[in-house]
Amino acid sequence: MIRILIDPIACDAYGYCAELLPEAVSLDEWGYPIVDGRPLPPELASAAKRAARDCPRRAITLRERTSGH
Amino acid sequence: MPDALDLLATTGQYRLLGHPTDLAGHIATLGPAPLPSDASRGWRQGFIAAVEASGLSGRGGAGFPAAVKLALAQSGGPGGSVVVNGMEGEPASDKDKLLLIRSPHLVLDGAQLLAAATEARRVTLCVPEGRRRVVAALRRAIEERMAAGCAPVPEVIAHPPDRFVAGEESALARWVDSGRSLPFFRPDKGVALQIGRRGALVHNAETLAHLAMIASTGPEAFRARGLPEDPGTSLVTVSGAVELPGVVEIERGTPLIDIVRRALPTGQPQALLVGGYGGAWVGPQDFATPYASFSLRAIGATAGVGVAVVLGQNACGLAESARIAHFLAGQSAGQCGPCVYGLPAIADDLTRLARGQADPGLLARLHRRLGEVDGRGACRHPDGAVNLVRSALHVFSADLAAHLDGVPCPHWNRPSQLRFPDSARAA
Amino acid sequence: MSSTSLWYATRASGLVAMVLLTLTMVLGITTTTRTRARRWPGFAHQELHRRISMIAVVFLGLHVLTSVLDTYVNISWAAIVIPFTSSYGRLWVGVGAISLDLMIAVFASSLLRARMRPQTWRAMHWLAYLSWPVALAHTFGMGTDAGESWVIALGAGCVLAVAVALTWRLRHSARQATARRVQASLAGLPPKSLALTASSQTGSSHA
Repeated sequence: MIRILIDPIACDAYGYCAELLPEAVSLDEWGYPIVDGRPLPPELASAAKRAARDCPRRAITLRERTSGH
Repeated sequence: MPDALDLLATTGQYRLLGHPTDLAGHIATLGPAPLPSDASRGWRQGFIAAVEASGLSGRGGAGFPAAVKLALAQSGGPGGSVVVNGMEGEPASDKDKLLLIRSPHLVLDGAQLLAAATEARRVTLCVPEGRRRVVAALRRAIEERMAAGCAPVPEVIAHPPDRFVAGEESALARWVDSGRSLPFFRPDKGVALQIGRRGALVHNAETLAHLAMIASTGPEAFRARGLPEDPGTSLVTVSGAVELPGVVEIERGTPLIDIVRRALPTGQPQALLVGGYGGAWVGPQDFATPYASFSLRAIGATAGVGVAVVLGQNACGLAESARIAHFLAGQSAGQCGPCVYGLPAIADDLTRLARGQADPGLLARLHRRLGEVDGRGACRHPDGAVNLVRSALHVFSADLAAHLDGVPCPHWNRPSQLRFPDSARAA
Repeated sequence: MSSTSLWYATRASGLVAMVLLTLTMVLGITTTTRTRARRWPGFAHQELHRRISMIAVVFLGLHVLTSVLDTYVNISWAAIVIPFTSSYGRLWVGVGAISLDLMIAVFASSLLRARMRPQTWRAMHWLAYLSWPVALAHTFGMGTDAGESWVIALGAGCVLAVAVALTWRLRHSARQATARRVQASLAGLPPKSLALTASSQTGSSHA
């Protein structure tokens, strides 16, 4: 189970993560990503990896969690 | 200013205030700090066991169990630092200033004990430069200790910038480390702070004083006060619509209204602000709530940094909350979008509400923004602001309806009953 | 491989690399936050920047390799990274070496991004702003095809593209900075009628 973790200090509201993962990431009125911290369904895993790679600020890390934190 | 502050009431054996301020008197009353001649592993483990037995939790706002934090720091190995957080950026709080002026040796003994327990090589006392009385008292105390040989680990004073966020734990550690006073993102609370690539243990001044008392009087003396679930005593600054603002030392579990009564409220309080400007309002129906973590959490509040502000009858809670929201927005470290943009937007909405100039969508927008900003910063600053505003909307819900209809209460424009530092920009 | 074909390969791959590097620059310069108005998504922009830079590196590698392997002129391996040590075309091969060195730093910054502070990464990556004009100077300074009208047109096109991209970027940044300044000035400043200084408590809490 992959969970998205966004570093709010590094994030600069490029918004690529929301483009790639609209099912899991939405943007607030100022362009910053909102993630709910829930594990992603497996079919979104590759999109999540792409989002982490494409983020110009490297603000996204993906956490492998077997159970809730 | 601590002349105007006075300890309003401290009773019983276990206490932080009321001891002699000078080193000789301190040692005569409490004995020398129980530092080991050689901090063996056995001693270190014994010390952490005592801290754990006491059930002490931090008095700097987060309320984190002291024993857990200590164990974490011990795992970092020798050569680290102990940092005394005397920043007290909370405008409504004076307890740390008073403690450092009146019982500096208690705080410093606590720091030395932690240094021994973590094999640290340095104790750094962080206090803003402008607090001349505190700095003078600390300098005097440090000199006394050096002369008497009571400081096995060097004690050094440092002056981080006088901003709200500078007292945040990670920002403070980073400032000591690199001079930049900015919180960092810590998704894993289990990772210790670092200064100079070695472990750093940052503790609030009051927490350190408790550690020293627990070490010399034993964990049972601490547990004998307060409640089983939340033992010991706390220092609380009472201010607002009261005749005798000041710092009280109370047992955990004391009902809120009893705490503020000692400051002689000038009338029946309209509401109490508990925990600081990032804390929460408490309405009259909850005035009897015991001052303890679990009971305060149940009403949406926390003990926070030991603050209780009395809001008098002739005041508008929404207007005061708008002032607080603007203050908190201006104190952002400026690193995270939701805080930088969200807090001013929330403060704006609240101001419009306070003036009775709400547009039809304001309340919905405000609630949405509160939900969106909460938890989306690197530190807890925006969370505190959100909690404060949410509690205001709840506690002052009777006024809310009138304000929304464009009829604010008559007191909204009166001078504030709250304190704000001169350095905060004001109109 | 005959010297002539190596010679052609060097010139061709050099020009192709120059165009691709220009395209990479344009894509990098126009990577901005919060630009919603694009027809295609922002992540595609980012991925294009990355992929084209890699193709550019391939052509650059070809350009460098063929120039060293060509026996007609003497350019040593060392001369392509140590400026002004080539026996052939000391000046302009040297200029090319400078550009290559800078480009290696730019590329390395992205490969090792996770290991460095964001500020360090940015400083290294922005060496591209230096590397690109130096590469352009090398292209025309070498002189081999610089007289051809189509090559001049190509060079002018590259300069124009980067100029337009830079102008757009500077305008965008200025607009964002203004917006941010307005936001920041709102923070901490309550409207006059909610004055913070008029407090009935005895002054501030400074000890």
